[in-house]
Amino acid sequence: MSFQSILFERAEDFADGDRREAPSFFADLNLDQVMVSLASGRDEYNLTPYFLAPLHTVPAVEYRHQVLRDLEDKDVRGAVTGYAQGLAEMRKYLALIGKLHDRYQRERWFLDAADIYCRATESFAERIGQLELRSRGFTGFREYLNRYVASDDFTRLAAEARELLARLAEVRYCIHIKGARVRVSAYEGEDDYGADVAETFARFKQGAVRDYRVGFRAAADMNHVEAQVLECVGRLYPETFAELDDFCVRYAHYVDDTLGVFDREVQFYLAYLGYIQPLKSAGLEFCYPCVSQTSKQIGAGDAFDIALAATLARDRPAVVCNSFHLDGPERVLVVTGPNQGGKTTFARMFGQLHYLASLGLPVPGREARLFLPDRMFTHFEKEEDLQNLRGKLEDELIRIHEILRDATSRSIVVMNESFASTTLQDALFLGSEIVRRLTDLDLLSVYVTFIDEFAALNEACVSMVATIVPDSPAERTFKIVRKPADGLAYAAAIAGKYGLTYQRLKERIAS
Amino acid sequence: MKAFLMHRDCDVDLASDLPPAADAVTQDLELGTLLAAMAAGDDFLLGRARRAVLSSLANPDAIIYRQQVLTDAIAHPDVVREIYDIAVTAIMSEKRAFFGLLSTSPDAIMYRSVQVLEMFTGMLKRLRAVADEHAASFRSEGFTRFFGMLTSELDDDYLHLVEGHLKELGFRRGTLISAGLGRGNKGLNYVLRKPREQSWRDRIPVGNRQGYSFGIPDRDDNGQRALADLRSRGLNGAASALAQSNDHILAFFTMLRAELAFYIGCLNLRESLAGKGEPLCVPVPSPAAELALTARGLYDPSLSLMLGGRAVGNDVAADSKTLVMITGANQGGKSTFLRSIGLAQLMMQAGMFVAAQSFTASVRDGIFTHFKREEDATMEKGKLDEELSRMNGIAGQISPGCLLLCNESFASTNEREGSEIARQIIRALLESGVRVVFVTHLFDLAHGLWTGKDGTALFLRPERRDDGRRTFRLLPGEPLPTSYGPDLYRQIFTAEPKAAAVSSTAVAIDR
Repeated sequence: MSFQSILFERAEDFADGDRREAPSFFADLNLDQVMVSLASGRDEYNLTPYFLAPLHTVPAVEYRHQVLRDLEDKDVRGAVTGYAQGLAEMRKYLALIGKLHDRYQRERWFLDAADIYCRATESFAERIGQLELRSRGFTGFREYLNRYVASDDFTRLAAEARELLARLAEVRYCIHIKGARVRVSAYEGEDDYGADVAETFARFKQGAVRDYRVGFRAAADMNHVEAQVLECVGRLYPETFAELDDFCVRYAHYVDDTLGVFDREVQFYLAYLGYIQPLKSAGLEFCYPCVSQTSKQIGAGDAFDIALAATLARDRPAVVCNSFHLDGPERVLVVTGPNQGGKTTFARMFGQLHYLASLGLPVPGREARLFLPDRMFTHFEKEEDLQNLRGKLEDELIRIHEILRDATSRSIVVMNESFASTTLQDALFLGSEIVRRLTDLDLLSVYVTFIDEFAALNEACVSMVATIVPDSPAERTFKIVRKPADGLAYAAAIAGKYGLTYQRLKERIAS
Repeated sequence: MKAFLMHRDCDVDLASDLPPAADAVTQDLELGTLLAAMAAGDDFLLGRARRAVLSSLANPDAIIYRQQVLTDAIAHPDVVREIYDIAVTAIMSEKRAFFGLLSTSPDAIMYRSVQVLEMFTGMLKRLRAVADEHAASFRSEGFTRFFGMLTSELDDDYLHLVEGHLKELGFRRGTLISAGLGRGNKGLNYVLRKPREQSWRDRIPVGNRQGYSFGIPDRDDNGQRALADLRSRGLNGAASALAQSNDHILAFFTMLRAELAFYIGCLNLRESLAGKGEPLCVPVPSPAAELALTARGLYDPSLSLMLGGRAVGNDVAADSKTLVMITGANQGGKSTFLRSIGLAQLMMQAGMFVAAQSFTASVRDGIFTHFKREEDATMEKGKLDEELSRMNGIAGQISPGCLLLCNESFASTNEREGSEIARQIIRALLESGVRVVFVTHLFDLAHGLWTGKDGTALFLRPERRDDGRRTFRLLPGEPLPTSYGPDLYRQIFTAEPKAAAVSSTAVAIDR
């Protein structure tokens, strides 16, 4: 079968291709931040649909793992990046044409674009031909590219573009302006008036003087006076401009479709590799996870929250890694412990690992065995919003009910600190009902709570606790470990840290 | 020439920093909706409204100065809007004249200056005409002074003098420039050329050189400008700049517009609210020491603006109270009430009308809000930590004589610890002379304060009628240990027929 796509070996793997909006769990897992970072500077490629299209089969994931391993080679990456830059420049020119009205101007931008396309494609084929490629994706692509560059259509296009550009570069003309009249003629070797003036007064020169020239806007478009001048130039050089007309008609659709798609799709890999590079440089490990469509025996070693790490990598390098595993009948990680102990981060990490794995990407961690879910759901408490006139608790319950209604045994659910805005009594009652329903569904989930009781609700629940430094309660380790819930919360210690105890606050306001 | 419509003796502040609490207050009180109604889609009005509402006046006399100007504006909205439109037109026309020019050649600067000065003169005459016609019907100190100033400073002699100064200037000569074709066939390497021995005029009739001519029609301003630009590129060496005498007049219009913008915003808001039958009142600002806080029919104008109908109003009798505790069930109108108090205080101290049938309150030195928020998107802080961090910020700025509004503060940890932190903070604030209005469902906290209450605390809770319906009205009353979690859970998670039985359970709990 001939090469189609560097992202999807089979067209049906892109089943979610129509999705345009991020699912609601993106914001909760901070995947929206990851997506924005990936897409930033790559707007023209519109990578979002790919980030929104998780894969659901093991072979589809492996196809991408192979391609990514090829791209780890810096020569492969360099060749691909170089081609991308060439085509980006070309598209900039083509985009200009849409904004322009003058014929000769549009045609010239078109010619310039075609020339860039030819040079970039030739150079890419040459570079990639010398590289050692292993993936099904890249070897298939190389074969396609070589056939294309050798084709008659392509070689003719490249030669004609070059010749025509050389002829246009030789054109010289003069403009005479008097009042509102303009006359355009061939240049006949008249002297440079500015140089003449400078020469006349050169004998008075004493030293460096201020430059009084006005800076002019370097716009790509033309006003209609410039356009009329160009029209006159066209009449002065009729053969050259007739050739230009002809070129644009004959090569109206010169960009190859498959190359165009490749150029866009490969950016998805480059974006992700670029995103994780600073994290790897900071010493964090990424791995190709072992994925399964059936086994719920999952786990990860030294994993971390990729969005948090990306934020910290800019400021300071300390990222805390955590591990987890679920065996036998275990399905729910119940996370408890002091506030600001890393519980939310852990929950996000769990969700991110699974989502990134389903995109066929390396995941943040030393090793990982992960499940390919049918869908993912999250429930993180939302800010109160006047637009929503329903009560907070009612709203929260309705959303959880929707999740439990839509989730299947193949789904993944991440819930964070629900019912924090209600009474302890209510939270206990509601929380145990929800956890019981989660375990009844036999799905994989994380449940973050400040209520210890859920951690030992049934055999599907595994207790994970955010640990603290015993001598310094306000300090946090951000380590989440598998052990029984211990009921400690250290809110008062934190209040002291912020100078908000009764005594300190009075002193502060008085001062 | 000073407008002095916002302050008796100084210009309105155009650019200094808003109070540090401004962003939090804006977010927590949903100020955006109110400001949007004042702006009515105009970004400038929005900016001025925001600045005025958030820069509270602490002096009752200064508040009354504005209230009187506003009263005049409400009595003569058309006149005030006309003056505002004159200022806006003057400023916008000046801007357009500036942006309409593509070059900064001396010809262009002169052309522009004359045009702008002609336009400004017309606007000053219009202002004079408004003063002549309407000054007598205005009563406020602010407007009386303003109209008096226009009449004396812009007398006929002066306007005549200005018109005498307006003159035109223009000079042209033939120019010969050479060029080549660059990217997109745009002109490249413009060089001023020296015509050979004979003048250009002598050469044309000879006609021995091929050339093409065109003219720019007189009415084609863009063409004229484009031609001037083209010539400037060739000449680009001799330019003498003209003085910008228009700047002082522009500064006057700028200040007039900025000051009137606030009153235009008030007129817009009044039309929105009064238009749907909502009451508005001129509030009575009382000295800080009196600890007044009394209102009838106090409602949240932001909520009202979003609702189809009218908002529910509340009566408040909290004179001499330093603490107002609001407790009770979710969805009972507590947050709305809290916002209505905050907005009324802000609007009063901006010199505006207030959303109530009547409102009397002591001025406060500053208004602070501490509302429960969604987790920090930068992820570095847990919820309680984030809350304490914000309270820490407030503690650093708040002083005796300020007002603090808390909405479900410290509910992000468990009930016992949240209550303890809040208790210490409330006690310290009250003893320091800060007035506190606190919404909470922390029963432990509310109950403790009720038990130890004296005459300076007021306790409110949502009214619940016998049939279990909520009225969104608050009445004085002891905090109740009720919760509605199980009630809501059964409604949402079980089939419809059982819902009827559930509501009777809720009534039983309430009683």
